[in-house]
Amino acid sequence: MDRLMRWLCLAATLVAIAPLASVLGYVILQGASALNWDFFTHLPAPVGEPGGGMANAMVGTLTLIGLASCAGVPVGILGGLFLAEYGDGRLGWWMRFTADVLNGIPSIVIGVFVYTFVVVPMKRFSALAGGLALGVMMIPLVMRTTEEMVRLVPSRLREASLALGIPWWVTTLRVVLRTATAGVITGVMLAVARIGGETAPLLFTAFNNQYWQSGLDQPIASLTVQLYNYAIAPYDDWHRQAWAAALVLMTITLLLNVIARVAGRQRFRAGGR
Amino acid sequence: MKSELMERAAPSTTLWNQAIASALSREEPIETVFPERVRVEDLHAYFGRTHAVKGISIGIATNRITAIIGPSGCGKSTFLRCLNRMHEVVPGARMEGRVLVDGEDIYAAAVDPVEVRRRIGMVFQRANPFPTMSIYDNVVAGLRLNGVRNRRVLDEVVEGSLRQAALWDEVKDVLSKPGTSLSGGQQQRLCIARALAVKPEVLLMDEPASALDPASTLKIEELARMLRETLTIVIVTHNMQQAARVSDSTAFMLAGELIEYGPTAEIFTRPREQRTEDYITGRFG
Repeated sequence: MDRLMRWLCLAATLVAIAPLASVLGYVILQGASALNWDFFTHLPAPVGEPGGGMANAMVGTLTLIGLASCAGVPVGILGGLFLAEYGDGRLGWWMRFTADVLNGIPSIVIGVFVYTFVVVPMKRFSALAGGLALGVMMIPLVMRTTEEMVRLVPSRLREASLALGIPWWVTTLRVVLRTATAGVITGVMLAVARIGGETAPLLFTAFNNQYWQSGLDQPIASLTVQLYNYAIAPYDDWHRQAWAAALVLMTITLLLNVIARVAGRQRFRAGGR
Repeated sequence: MKSELMERAAPSTTLWNQAIASALSREEPIETVFPERVRVEDLHAYFGRTHAVKGISIGIATNRITAIIGPSGCGKSTFLRCLNRMHEVVPGARMEGRVLVDGEDIYAAAVDPVEVRRRIGMVFQRANPFPTMSIYDNVVAGLRLNGVRNRRVLDEVVEGSLRQAALWDEVKDVLSKPGTSLSGGQQQRLCIARALAVKPEVLLMDEPASALDPASTLKIEELARMLRETLTIVIVTHNMQQAARVSDSTAFMLAGELIEYGPTAEIFTRPREQRTEDYITGRFG
């Protein structure tokens, strides 16, 4: 019986890993052959012309991640602090519940929401709207990880600080949050990795752009949306570039995850004199 | 068999006698020599519905060490935390009564608890240096996080406080190492240095040596005796030998009440209350 169980578990693990490995392998295989220097430096070529790249989409994705972080990280961290410090009451319960629900909402719904409240009043698609949609997605992730990490900080550190006559808000920011920094950075990185791969909320907020970005109130290109457009297009050249975009996107996500792990492991950084 | 047991008991008895002897040698009429620094009037403290401290009134002499002894859960730590408004940090905690420091009520509406804690420092049972900070940064945390940036001032405070805490010689070459890299006893002295760096008038010590080995414990006790010259110290301990060794006066608490308070030598040699005698002779607790 024990052996049977062990074999079943092993088989299930293999079944779980197989598609993941084949996706990875296939993307690398297809993407690597399409990757070249032009892909990183050139704008998309006009329809029918071969060549071109996705330089603008890469910058666009980074811009969107930056905008999203500006909106999502401060709100998420302060919200997480609130939950950890005061979140034991009814309000905390509701905030946590809302965050978990928000976390589970299909991302396209958030896109529609931002479309209604930002894109329609502004009368245009824009990088700001795209960043906001992604930022909204980041909030619950960052908030919940911050809360968990701050809760892990022993209360004796907070007491030590308060007993030195350090005001509560300084204690919270510079002792408690500082001690939890590694964990919070991990949470932020994982959130960034997550939103970096989102397409749905960008479709009707950031839209897309075949050229360089001219302003944050203008539509902006992103790797994911570009990938989507190229993949459903009828041209072979575009299909190859879509694979390349997939590879780049995957690499970025992988890098962010690795950075998050490393940051999470690094517990202490000496302040020095 | 019996003699073996006696022999084994002998050293601790000797220690005990030494402790008492040292207490006796220090006997002096404290009320006349040393003015009162802290006066507590009818202090009650609660956690939710639990009545932890029941109406304590006590005066604490300047530049003396006052020990608070009693069995676990008798409210001695809670009482101590009421003296620098750390009690109210715990959710659901509240207190009644007055605590006067230099005649000024620290619970008056206009008083900022942050100011109170700067004047009345605290050392906790478990050493709690900030893990993200170096030894240097730990010592100056109270100043730096309150806006002091002048490097020369900070350098001076670090050396002064570490010297006061008898730690300077051991750490002067490794000031940029993490505070948590020190041994347990050193960490506790680092915490004392950190508390001294903000120049408090009163230092509260909540079982500062209960997690330490005997050698480190003795060091902390010696340190307390030295710091007495410039500070008023209140020390909570469940170790009666420690109370006898270090303190000038001793308060005995039981179930939230103050049973007896007086010069240490008197408490340990001729207690007025039967319950005090039962406790210090080890009949319970």
